[in-house]
Amino acid sequence: MLAITALAVIRMRSLFAVVILFGIYSLLTAVLFVVLDAVDVAFTEAAVGAGISIVLMLGTLLIAGRRADADTHTPLLPLFIVVITGAVLVWGTFDMPHFADPQDPAHQHVAPRYIYDSLAEIGIPNMVTSVLASYRGFDTFGELIVVFTALVGVMALLGIPERRQSRRQVSEKTGPEFSGPILTIGASWMIPFIVLFALYVQFHGDFGPGGGFQAGVIFCSAFVLYALIFGIELTYKTVRPKLLILTSASGVLLYAGTGFVSIILDGNFLDYNVLSNTPKAGQHLGIFLVELGVGITVASVLILIFFSIVQSRKRRYQMQPDNHLDSQVRE
Amino acid sequence: MMTHGPILQVVLPLLVAPICFVFSRFHRFCWIVACVISWIGLFISIRLFFQAEQGVIVYELGGWAAPWGIEYVIDRLNAFILVIISAVAAIVFPYSLTSIKAEIDPRQRGLYFTCMLLCLAGLLGIAITGDAFNLFVLLEISSLSTYTLIALGRDRRALASSFQYLIMGTIGATFILISVGLLYSLTGTLNMADLAERTQNLHTSRTLKVAYSFLIVGIGLKLAMFPLHLWLPNAYAYAPSAVTVFLASTATKVAIYVLLRFLFNVFGITFSFELLQTEWILIGLGLISMLFASIVAVFQQNIKRMLAYSSVAQVGYILLGIGLLNINGLTAALLHIFNHALIKGALFMSLGAICFRVGNTELKNIAGIGRMMPWTMAAFVAGGISLIGIPSSVGFISKWFLILAAIEKGWWPIVVIISICSLIAVAYIWRVIETAYFKTPQDSGTRYVEAPLSLLIPTWILVFLNYLFGTSATFTIDFAATTATLLLGAGR
Repeated sequence: MLAITALAVIRMRSLFAVVILFGIYSLLTAVLFVVLDAVDVAFTEAAVGAGISIVLMLGTLLIAGRRADADTHTPLLPLFIVVITGAVLVWGTFDMPHFADPQDPAHQHVAPRYIYDSLAEIGIPNMVTSVLASYRGFDTFGELIVVFTALVGVMALLGIPERRQSRRQVSEKTGPEFSGPILTIGASWMIPFIVLFALYVQFHGDFGPGGGFQAGVIFCSAFVLYALIFGIELTYKTVRPKLLILTSASGVLLYAGTGFVSIILDGNFLDYNVLSNTPKAGQHLGIFLVELGVGITVASVLILIFFSIVQSRKRRYQMQPDNHLDSQVRE
Repeated sequence: MMTHGPILQVVLPLLVAPICFVFSRFHRFCWIVACVISWIGLFISIRLFFQAEQGVIVYELGGWAAPWGIEYVIDRLNAFILVIISAVAAIVFPYSLTSIKAEIDPRQRGLYFTCMLLCLAGLLGIAITGDAFNLFVLLEISSLSTYTLIALGRDRRALASSFQYLIMGTIGATFILISVGLLYSLTGTLNMADLAERTQNLHTSRTLKVAYSFLIVGIGLKLAMFPLHLWLPNAYAYAPSAVTVFLASTATKVAIYVLLRFLFNVFGITFSFELLQTEWILIGLGLISMLFASIVAVFQQNIKRMLAYSSVAQVGYILLGIGLLNINGLTAALLHIFNHALIKGALFMSLGAICFRVGNTELKNIAGIGRMMPWTMAAFVAGGISLIGIPSSVGFISKWFLILAAIEKGWWPIVVIISICSLIAVAYIWRVIETAYFKTPQDSGTRYVEAPLSLLIPTWILVFLNYLFGTSATFTIDFAATTATLLLGAGR
């Protein structure tokens, strides 16, 4: 099914359909991860791949148009390269350790310590979170920076979203035309629960699948829903872009700050053991803080990117009447 | 605090980037902060450099020991790369403020510094880490910020070239990730030293060979190895000048470092060279890059594009040096990593100064500029001389060792090709000199004044370094030779 979806994506001309197929692809991948018992990864894939990235891509389509231009080049050379690459990969898998063989090196070397000792060393049952936030905490910090860099990139290219004071008169009336009572009431019932669920995912990461990345995405989806139903101006009133810029940076600083506190307390960077009286309590505190940092940054980054896309769409929309006039004049 | 040097090197720019982001409205503030951080970074890297002379420095992140946690490992090789990156940053950041005035919209300037800091941190992190996956994460940081920086260029083609680089770079990064995944499935570890040990008895495994080839292709894309160089000329030509200086002197160098690290340390000489004979690929592609890119450079109408092609050729020299696989060749490669950073830094900086006054770097628009901007053009000429490789400049030293290495192997044709490429370099540098000094402007009314001191001083610092390390090269040569010996000794 994955392969069929991927092929359909390539053949499809309508970008709208392509985006929806991407969503299906991500959801299938998520299912695959669940089958492989990687619940945390599946959760992230479902939230990010099938959820928020689709919203962002649809937003991009609003700016860029719905249909792809016809290909101008012949795809023979790329096809050749892709076939070679695929063949090499398949050839390489012949000598790969057998799947799910308990003897294979991936299960023999570093993994046993994560599995057997992490409860004693870190004290939380979800070892995925232990690896993510503590053993390889610096990688997670790096990923957080990647998310942050993406935001900086979007802002540099699309402009910083700002709330315009001049459009005071916009009130509840100016929601998109399709928001009838069913949608408004339905959304106002759902949004609190989405936010609550986000908070649950945020703080429950120690025990079950979840953590800052997923929580941030879910949190953002609540705001996206709000913006879709009640209009962007009202959303700007709820969370000001300036505040989001501040929070997106402060999440990164919270993560890095935790690292620096452990340096000051005579440990290495991100060594949570020194944060509290006992190593376990320190690990708890450290993981709590960095996950919080991740959650705050991811949520604010995604909402800001959404704002940026919406705003640049607006700017284009405001420019369009002029273009229209131009073309009429020429005719 | 001093024992935390390795982590501070990377985390300080990462810590300051969000602050710059919040205050991006005040780009002067961002500039001051970025400069201070880059100087502190230079100080830390020089300290690390001398510490690494004594012995390998290991820093365990999060306090977890190596294969379980992530560690930073600093030996002579990457301490040297760290110094190059931070030194270039320490010169480019001060240069930036004036340079971007003409090229970047005021609202984007604060974000420019944010991106530069992120990119700097990413590149330093790639160089410093001892963990294969961590390398990938930091590669993503540096790549993402690089795409943004290129897209900030004033020319609309900057967007297209940034997108082209984004596609190519993402493919490269994916290849590296696939390779790291395969390595993990084979060994169960991500730590480089650990990988080196555990791949020792897997040399016949096909999966290892595939992992190896994916890694080489992935890195090849990043370092613009022929024929994977297509993104580079456009990216360098349309990016803002200061970005071009920074990328040309650091980004490809870091990729070459990663190549060296994996070829010699992780996979080991026995696997990379004795079993898979990678040296022939390196020599072949290196020679083609040198010849092809040099010839293309002669026909460019935009000087920045011309120098970008020249960069592809210079990467060819470095690959050739690695491929020759003897101490002189590797010494030449290491020297040229450093020397080329100095040469291209100086050249692109003087071009940035021209761009500041003229508005672009088209060859036809700089006619007669030699008399109007004497100091800027003099810097360009000095850099050009060094690029060609005339004695007393750094360019000569690395080429000299490259030729020695070829002679040692008895491969005379290579010596001939190196000299031909130097002659072609004379040709394309001469085109610029001729236009700048001997042609009169098409429109005789155009007058340009000399570039401001804030651009000239950093440019001339680099020019000075070109000749300082060109005339008294014993320190760099000794260092490169010892490191080369160590690399060749490792894994035997």
